[in-house]
Amino acid sequence: MSEQQTITLYPSRQFKDNARAALQDGELRTSLRTAMDYLMAKRLSAFPDGDELATLRTLGETIRQRCLAKLPELLEKLEAQLTVNGVQVHWAETTEQANEIIHDLIARRGGTLAVKGKSMVSEETELNHYLEARGVTAVESDMGEYIVQLAGEKPTHIIMPAIHKTKAHIAQLFHDKLPDTPYTEDVDSLIRIGRNALRDLYLKADVGLSGVNFAVAETGTLCLVENEGNGRMCTTVPDMHIAITGIEKVVEKLTDVVPLYSLLTRSAIGQPITTYFNMISSPRKTGEKDGPREVHLVLLDNGRSQAYADEQLRKTLQCIRCGACMNHCPVYTRIGGHAYGTTYPGPIGEIISPHMLGLENTKDLPTASSLCGACGEVCPVKIPIPEMLMRLREEEQRPAGEVVAHPLRGQGAAHTGKEALAWRTWRGLFGQPGAYKLFGWAATRLRGLTPPGQLGWTQNHVPLKPAAKTLHQLVRERDAARR
Amino acid sequence: MQPNHVAIPASGRARPTDVYFFGTCLLDLFLPEAGMDAITLLENLDLCVHFPQAQSCCGQPAYTSGHPNEARVVARAQLALFPNDWPIVVPSGSCGGMMKHHWPRLFAGEPEQALAEALAARVVELSDFLLNVLDFHPQDRGLPTRVAVHTSCGARREMNVHVTSWALVDRLANVERVVHDHESECCGFGGTFSVKHPDIAGAMVADKAASLQHSGALEFVTADAGCLLNINGKLAKDGERVFAGKHLATFLLERTGDKA
Ligand code: SF4
Repeated sequence: MSEQQTITLYPSRQFKDNARAALQDGELRTSLRTAMDYLMAKRLSAFPDGDELATLRTLGETIRQRCLAKLPELLEKLEAQLTVNGVQVHWAETTEQANEIIHDLIARRGGTLAVKGKSMVSEETELNHYLEARGVTAVESDMGEYIVQLAGEKPTHIIMPAIHKTKAHIAQLFHDKLPDTPYTEDVDSLIRIGRNALRDLYLKADVGLSGVNFAVAETGTLCLVENEGNGRMCTTVPDMHIAITGIEKVVEKLTDVVPLYSLLTRSAIGQPITTYFNMISSPRKTGEKDGPREVHLVLLDNGRSQAYADEQLRKTLQCIRCGACMNHCPVYTRIGGHAYGTTYPGPIGEIISPHMLGLENTKDLPTASSLCGACGEVCPVKIPIPEMLMRLREEEQRPAGEVVAHPLRGQGAAHTGKEALAWRTWRGLFGQPGAYKLFGWAATRLRGLTPPGQLGWTQNHVPLKPAAKTLHQLVRERDAARR
Repeated sequence: MQPNHVAIPASGRARPTDVYFFGTCLLDLFLPEAGMDAITLLENLDLCVHFPQAQSCCGQPAYTSGHPNEARVVARAQLALFPNDWPIVVPSGSCGGMMKHHWPRLFAGEPEQALAEALAARVVELSDFLLNVLDFHPQDRGLPTRVAVHTSCGARREMNVHVTSWALVDRLANVERVVHDHESECCGFGGTFSVKHPDIAGAMVADKAASLQHSGALEFVTADAGCLLNINGKLAKDGERVFAGKHLATFLLERTGDKA
């Protein structure tokens, strides 16, 4: 795209400001609420049998945990099997390395145009930017991603990148950005306009880029789940296909894919199955009439091994990126994806971003949850998201100097002497019956002195005022009266 | 969605003669009347209610704020207060969830682990206890009314007892229970969440308060002190003078005509 995308690195530093702005955007609030209500209802209708859902979630969890337990072994096996199949495997520890690898591959062919299927990992590496700066144009072909790219934005949802946009937004965008396009709010026409704009690109593109939903170690197969057929075009029409994914996406066997796929599409948008399910096992073989001549897979770490090293936090990597946690999150529903300032928004973003960007850049994310548990309740692979959030809160409160077995990047980022002192005081008062009794006595006697401003509380509430007598006192008085 | 089954405490569901009452710090300091109402309800059902005077807090505020060490000190101070094998009744789903599900984790590998686990197994949330252990059928002596029920997320997702408040309200002959919009959604309390992220928490509680107000109910009930303080505090801030919520225990006691 010719437009310069406006992307700020690590805007999560401004999470609270972003959230405030989003909360004041009435149109955004309405479209998010409507969309999330729709997605929640769709998911519910896709799982009519609660027992089946429970069984399937347990199965999904078991599969993901087994695969993660064997991760190093499975990655080796995947590489070996893909190599046998003729797919070249590349390893990247950082986003920079991943971008370099991909750019080198494209540059080697003298390529200048890449067409992309949906890939959140490439959003993570900000690949489009990187390529753009080096003379390679990467065009998104997923309709949602295309819209977001045209608008110079980032996706606000991992499954529905443009969910924050109304029909009118898109009509205006196409009218402004695409030559000779009349303004229309008719959805079918809008889709047709977008598709036509993309059609030619597949034929012209030097390279097709895509993500991967499941990489099967046993067979060396890259599975790609999609609805628009654009993923198939990207991975079959251009001469070179480069797939990029995170190291955690590997599964052991082909049979592991079946329940995970079912959980993915039903949890994400309540679909029993997607329109396209691509299984990519090799480049074009001799005698075959189509398919790319070269297939590459880039496996990215980008902080995943930090989560992996810790037994509890490893569960974060069970994620199959269905987006159900954000659809059900009361916080996401009110602020949308942009406010998080990270590639992955919502509950999964709150628990994975600290590993990718460090707690120093994400410190407001683990606390941006009421711990209501809606996310954990719907997660198809049963990631205990609230538990992960609490653990991350602990690590960002832990003094930076404290030595622990698996230190996280940015440990202590939210630690302040003031808050630590407040909790020590609380411990002193509530941890000893004598002190607590005195505290209760003093709080009730001095209730007239209740401060009118109580940090963030009084922004939305009348001040909390202690009762005239504590329950302890009331019980004591009644016991005395009975004697 | 989760099946609506009700968790059965490990101590069994036999009707006891005695119970412990763990009042929780929020109730103790801000809503003591609701605590007394709960105790009175239980006593009216011929139970001997024991309120250990040395109790303070389950430790949840620090635990969910990333300070488990502080939480452990406070939780530890509660462990010796319930020596007899009686149920520990807690009039709050989230505190009950803390004691039942998080105490065992908090004390994992600590000398008190076995004790914490044993206590956790005896913890039972008030509405669950009233319905499923006591099979309480309140005699409704009140005038006809309509109420909405807000269930705390702790009760709903950790204790699995959101159906119990509904069931108790439904046993009141003159009370119509109305459903409110997005009933299962969180009210935005979340302990320190409402202090650290007041903008987001404010939007959540505003929506919850509005949907309760527009539900057609004349008042709302909840069995969680945190939610109650949150929603009522918001309604009061907005100048609402008529519509408010009360603790389920207070409501039940009023309906039975036993509230002094
Ligand atoms: S954390 Fe669970 S619910 Fe959220 S995207 Fe990942 S798999 Fe889906």
